[in-house]
Amino acid sequence: MSFVEYGDTIKDGDTAIVFLGHESMFPVKVQHGTVTQTKYGVIRHSTDLIGKKYGSKVTCSKGGWVFILHPTPELWTMNLPHRTQILYSTDISIITMMLELKPGSIVCESGTGSGSLSHALIRTVAPTGHLYTVEFHQQRAEKAREEFREHGVEHLVTVTNQDVCKNGFGVSNIADAVFLDIPSPWEAIGHAKSALKAEGGRICSFSPCIEQVQRTCLAMEEYGFTEINTLEILLRVYNVRTISLQIPDLGKAAEDNSSIGFDSSNPSNQGSSCSNLQQGTVQFKSGVPLREMVGHTGYLTFATKS
Amino acid sequence: RKIIFEKQWFYLDNAIGHIYGTTFEVTSGGNLQPKQEVEETTTETKEAGTDNRNIVDDGKSQKLTHDDIKALKDKGIKGQEIVQQLIENSTTFRDKTEFAQDKYIKKKKKKYEAVITIVKPSTRILSTMYYAREPGKINHLRYDTLAQMLTLGNVHAGNKMIVMETCAGLVLGAVMERMGGYGSIIQMYPGGGPVRAATSCFGFPKLFFDNLHEFPLSKVDSLLSGTFSTETLPSEPEDNAVVEEESNGLTGKKQASLQETEEDSTTETAMEINETEEQETMDINAEDVEFKKNKEKENKENVREKKQWERRKKLIEAAALLREKNADGLIVASKFHPTPLLLTLLEFVAPSRPFVVYCLYKEPLLECYTKLRERGGVINLKLSETWLRNYQVLPDRSHPKLTMSGGGGYLLSGITVVLDKGKSDASNLEELKMEEPSSKRSKVQDLHC
Repeated sequence: MSFVEYGDTIKDGDTAIVFLGHESMFPVKVQHGTVTQTKYGVIRHSTDLIGKKYGSKVTCSKGGWVFILHPTPELWTMNLPHRTQILYSTDISIITMMLELKPGSIVCESGTGSGSLSHALIRTVAPTGHLYTVEFHQQRAEKAREEFREHGVEHLVTVTNQDVCKNGFGVSNIADAVFLDIPSPWEAIGHAKSALKAEGGRICSFSPCIEQVQRTCLAMEEYGFTEINTLEILLRVYNVRTISLQIPDLGKAAEDNSSIGFDSSNPSNQGSSCSNLQQGTVQFKSGVPLREMVGHTGYLTFATKS
Repeated sequence: RKIIFEKQWFYLDNAIGHIYGTTFEVTSGGNLQPKQEVEETTTETKEAGTDNRNIVDDGKSQKLTHDDIKALKDKGIKGQEIVQQLIENSTTFRDKTEFAQDKYIKKKKKKYEAVITIVKPSTRILSTMYYAREPGKINHLRYDTLAQMLTLGNVHAGNKMIVMETCAGLVLGAVMERMGGYGSIIQMYPGGGPVRAATSCFGFPKLFFDNLHEFPLSKVDSLLSGTFSTETLPSEPEDNAVVEEESNGLTGKKQASLQETEEDSTTETAMEINETEEQETMDINAEDVEFKKNKEKENKENVREKKQWERRKKLIEAAALLREKNADGLIVASKFHPTPLLLTLLEFVAPSRPFVVYCLYKEPLLECYTKLRERGGVINLKLSETWLRNYQVLPDRSHPKLTMSGGGGYLLSGITVVLDKGKSDASNLEELKMEEPSSKRSKVQDLHC
């Protein structure tokens, strides 16, 4: 296993995702002799996991079972231990495309934070690209290094512990793209420019507040960036449900009613409490929006150095 | 060769040798290269009004007449100077607010200063361009939706991907870009051959095509049932014609749309590049055909046989790859109903791999969702849609530009798992889903992570 390469079977030392059910999963580090508790009972790594195929169903001690999944940056994003606020896959995907990332790209990122975006970036630029990520918080920087090592991607990433606004990315004229997720991105635009290749590249800055965006755009313009573009992307998730709506009783005769009862494919389960009248319902499938959705994560400002 | 773009025509010869991102100004017929940054002298007038209470729309504020402007243009005066003239001859310009002046200048510049930037093709450029120009050709797949597909599908170097698309090859190109020539792609195609008009716009090196395979959709069933043979290929001359017709139509249409639209932006520039490349491939095609025509009959037979043999070889390779049933992902974005495609093509995907289906409409995906649930072997099914909002960010004038919703299409994504035989599992899965694991989950995490 590695975050940048699929493997078939689970091996000692792998990070795997235990899938319990709807939206409920957590990561485990597979180790000989270790056990993991779930609500369905115990999973013994040596016998239950190691050597098994990714995607298999594992029966736990209480008879319940879970699926073991191969880690991907997207699954990791959903399960990683938060050290900071993180970027989610919706934003990550548009960032990746708009920065034109692909295998071989050199990317600079700051701050590293919890490494949610970092894993996705590494996945995309592997096997020949590289990520230079800067985190001014020492503990977070070290934790990120440790994770990259555990996930088998340390050769693709360099973590630097310094302040990007003061000291920059520690590299110059090598990057194809720069990503900024810091409180004051406008202070790092100059450093970003010098990190980018002489022949040009793309930049993206993520900010939750419009005031930050405004200052960043001004700074970008000042440093000669072109094609400055700010956008926002929102994800809408739908629950797939079968809905049944009752046909109102308009006092029509029973015979009429039964001839209307066209779609009442499953009349027994819907409250047909009336004694005589065959109450009709109509069933249909619907994609129901969640009651609450993420309304705002941040503005994404893109620009080109050319 | 002469190229028409945004009511302008020019030759690309002068653009060769410049780096991507260079801006050109169009002169009569050729291309001339102006400076990167024309110093934005917002004119010496710093005079501006505060509001528009005294500005009357009498249609007489511009003192230059239509003919005057035309005369200026005919004289070949630089666009910049025409704009300056327009400003000086506008009686209301000084009364306008600073912001309105800005807007006025921008509008005029757009009209009179024809500049063209030549940029490198990429998924970003091509997908925005196709969505703006030819949405019908790509099933209205908006670029942010495409971005989601690439991420949800965990597309990366080294993968063995199955792609089924009828998006002119744009989705295929996007996947190829993300894989960088590492790994393999099997493109499932309907009809006589895969359409790759958009793919050719990317300008991929030949190497990228070495591991690109194609397999006819109509043979999938026989492949799964084991009755597949290579003897009955879809007849070749026919599909050649089909492909050519497709690309022909595309080019023709594009040219028409080029002349129609007025906007000027980088995406459209990319269009130009496509245009060129497409025409090039077309030329080759045409030449090829003529070449063939002129050949002796037996020679013709020879060539055809050789071609057929090569196609058969490629087909066998693709079939062998599919038979291993260990693909690392499935991407579907087509005009067809997604359910049968998905139920069948998922057979070729290894467990614990992501798949993504795009559909312009939500309803087919609802059905697909239900059918996949019945089938089993998939988890984490998610039906989603993204909204994209663009912003105008200017000092004291920041606001959302336009909302794009609906038109971007919907995605159904999930992860494959080992499919066990026996019906009990399906009900078990349901049981699993029904429970409310969130509180317990946190407990589990506390215990073990």
